Amino acid sequence: MSNWDRFLDSFFNLRVMADQLPKIVDGFFLTVVLALCIVATGLIAGLLLAVVRALGIRPLNWLIIFVVDLFRALPPLVIIVLLYFGLPAMGMELSGFGAAWLALSLVLMAFAEEVYWAGITAVPKGQWEAARSTGIGFLPTLGAVVLPQALRMTIPPLTSRTIAITKGTALASVVAVPEILGAAQAGVSFSFNPSPLTLGALAYLILFLPVVILGRWIETRFAWKR
Amino acid sequence: MQDFVEAFLNIEIAREAAPILWQGLWQTLLLSVIVVPLGILGGIILALLSTVHSAWVRWPLRVWTDLFRALPPLVLLVFIYAGLPFAGLEMGAFGAVALGFFLNTGAYYGEILRAGIESIPRGQVEAARSTGLTRWQALSLIVLPQAVRNVLPDLVSNTLEVVKLTSIASVVALPELLFQARQAQSVTYNATPIVAAAVAYFILLWPVVRLLSRLENRQLAGR
Amino acid sequence: MADIVDARAIHKHFGPLHVLKGVDLTVAERELVFVIGPSGSGKSTLLRCLNRLEEPTSGSILVDGIDMLDKRTDINRARQRIGMVFQSFNLYPHMTALGNVALALRKVLKQGRAEAEQRAQAALARVHLADRADHYPGQLSGGQQQRVAIARAIALEPRVMLFDEPTSALDPELVGGVLQAMRELREDGMTMVVVSHEMGFARAAADRVVFMADGMKLEEGPPGQIFGDPQHERTRAFIRQIERH
Repeated sequence: MSNWDRFLDSFFNLRVMADQLPKIVDGFFLTVVLALCIVATGLIAGLLLAVVRALGIRPLNWLIIFVVDLFRALPPLVIIVLLYFGLPAMGMELSGFGAAWLALSLVLMAFAEEVYWAGITAVPKGQWEAARSTGIGFLPTLGAVVLPQALRMTIPPLTSRTIAITKGTALASVVAVPEILGAAQAGVSFSFNPSPLTLGALAYLILFLPVVILGRWIETRFAWKR
Repeated sequence: MQDFVEAFLNIEIAREAAPILWQGLWQTLLLSVIVVPLGILGGIILALLSTVHSAWVRWPLRVWTDLFRALPPLVLLVFIYAGLPFAGLEMGAFGAVALGFFLNTGAYYGEILRAGIESIPRGQVEAARSTGLTRWQALSLIVLPQAVRNVLPDLVSNTLEVVKLTSIASVVALPELLFQARQAQSVTYNATPIVAAAVAYFILLWPVVRLLSRLENRQLAGR
Repeated sequence: MADIVDARAIHKHFGPLHVLKGVDLTVAERELVFVIGPSGSGKSTLLRCLNRLEEPTSGSILVDGIDMLDKRTDINRARQRIGMVFQSFNLYPHMTALGNVALALRKVLKQGRAEAEQRAQAALARVHLADRADHYPGQLSGGQQQRVAIARAIALEPRVMLFDEPTSALDPELVGGVLQAMRELREDGMTMVVVSHEMGFARAAADRVVFMADGMKLEEGPPGQIFGDPQHERTRAFIRQIERH
């Protein structure tokens, strides 16, 4: 067998690929579901934190800043492992999916809060004053006047962060979630051939290449103006 | 509460695990000191290539960058570590981590530096060229230093991410901090070593997060 | 005639800076009071204290009989009666002219969309911008933006209007339209407090001119007196300087 043939047999073994395809496809959809769950909870939780921070209650703000710093400083994999292997000791069982979802949502929440907060503080003070001078209360001003402008500014930085963190779904393979990478690794040990990994890599590219390209477009389209 | 302390803040177990956690921490630091410069090097190469005005350079570069930005780093690492040996390319955990980080983080550093270079007005290059500097001198002496300054927060932020990312080396059994913590955890059936590792990461990286927060605020205020 | 604005002994500190040093200001119904003075004299701060955008350090403020500094006062309800126009317009860039005017009607007066928009349209008509209702602030000239801001304030039918240097950010050729809108407002009987450098307008339209310097009210009186025969040396110097331009 020539080198080229051996290469093809290892990485593009069609028989192995056909064998493992259904599992990778299942993994693909699991990755999509996990990613969507993380994006939804992370972005909403981050927004809630930023809104609470805007209330300006000192001790509460220190707590928020600490939580945000904490989840910016800890590697996502460490958080996943801690939740998955640590919580059962407290009698709280968390599935691998649950651990990955919770951990990555916390990470996205922290980054999103920072970005939202930066956006809120970037809205000129005059906007607050104009609304408040017509008798609109604090929260309606935040909701109707400040946040719409702030969110527009946050679209580019949030997009790239969100993409980076959803790619962390691959980390869930470490806690036995059969998402793409998990399914591919299982396929490799089953068939003793790395073609499932090729398939897995392709699956990630199919999923994330459009997202990365879309993200690039969004970043230029909605770039910080002012 | 008793249970909580027993399970997560067990002094006895922390003391027992301390030596191998120390080793892990040193490995993490060593790894960072190697992969961060490697990634920056890759980034500089990509950024400099992006200044070449030729479709033959531009398009392969864009495909390369998007490819390695779209592939989760762990997938890349597993592919290199577990896949390439089948093709006769055995490079061990450390080599696999180094190559994976070079490819992945290089693409990110490259994008950041490219944005920095594009933020420098053309007049800077023209002024430099008009005084007789070569293209490369103008780039490396005039443009790059200003570019780095303009995107410093992004560079620091990416470096923070790279150091955090070294934790995925645990998956290919490189004995860094998280790997050692999980070893200790599986031996003792107690989560304290992982908590200790998390605390170590936090102590190590919190100053960077604070610095970053200040840099980012200053950048925003400057707009 | 009852005073709409009755502010007494207003002090305001910004850290170590003492920007208002016991200022009194009363404004009767349908009166137009002009506040002039060099920059840094505290006139804008005084104006912003009246609707509590700035919190005075001490003093008392009654607007239309409501104690503005009482913690039990519903500040948002009180502010409905006090319209304010800013130097930098502060229109909401993500809403149309109509949306800008209608927002407070919906959020504060809890009007339905149709009712609020009808009233907003009427307010825009009063500043002659009915045909610009669908434009976003970015599509309007500075003068038009400021007139939308005036419409935003008058839509709530306030008892008094505060103008904080309404023409200072405008190109000279756009000032006229804004002053015209203010003149018409005055003719309709609106009570107004105006901080501005438009001395011609002050001469022609003001009932009373207040001169401030260094956080104090140095002099006040009818425009004829302040401009024609100022009593205080600082007032004389200020008016000489302004006239030269």
